[in-house]
Amino acid sequence: MITILSNILIILTIVVGVIFIIVTAVGLIRLPDVYTRTHAASKSATLGVMFILLGVFLHFWLIEGHINSRILLGIVFLFITGPIGGHVIGRAAYLTGVKLWDQTVVDELEPVVAKRKKEQNK
Amino acid sequence: MMIFFWVVLLLISLSMIALIYRLIKGPSVPDRVVALDALGVALISMIGVISILADTIFFLDIILLLAILAFIGTVAFSKFLEKGEIIQRDNNPK
Repeated sequence: MITILSNILIILTIVVGVIFIIVTAVGLIRLPDVYTRTHAASKSATLGVMFILLGVFLHFWLIEGHINSRILLGIVFLFITGPIGGHVIGRAAYLTGVKLWDQTVVDELEPVVAKRKKEQNK
Repeated sequence: MMIFFWVVLLLISLSMIALIYRLIKGPSVPDRVVALDALGVALISMIGVISILADTIFFLDIILLLAILAFIGTVAFSKFLEKGEIIQRDNNPK
């Protein structure tokens, strides 16, 4: 009974993680420019890999019977660094002048960057 | 149960093929860096599933190593794209 319940839990978490990783791949193919692709990659890939690692941790805990702390450390590390990586690469893309999608409605960063550039030139 | 993990491995591999398509085609350099970052993340989850299939815990150290390498690679690439240098030596340039 306990084995069936823990198997259901493991399958549930791993299926959710795989769905998020497939959503990442579809988003990286279908979305129009680099900023929306960053949005797809950083959030859903991080959540998907966190769910899959949680499933692996539950498998080794409930089935094999030993707690592996390195997986938990990996989950925490991915949770911290995934959004940071997405933010940093989006900022680098904007500052190197990658064009936005032609149907973008508003660009709030443009006046700030122009003002800072003017201040630097003084 | 083992068939389920093989199917999961197949699905992750298919999404990695999609990421490799973006890595090759991507119009700008940040596109490729984003695809590389997502590729590293997919590789981490693949190693988790492989360690279940092989029934060993020795692969689990690689997860932490790959996470650190993917993060360092992304940050180094974006610093290089932004400023043209990775390690900033002079913090107060005159």
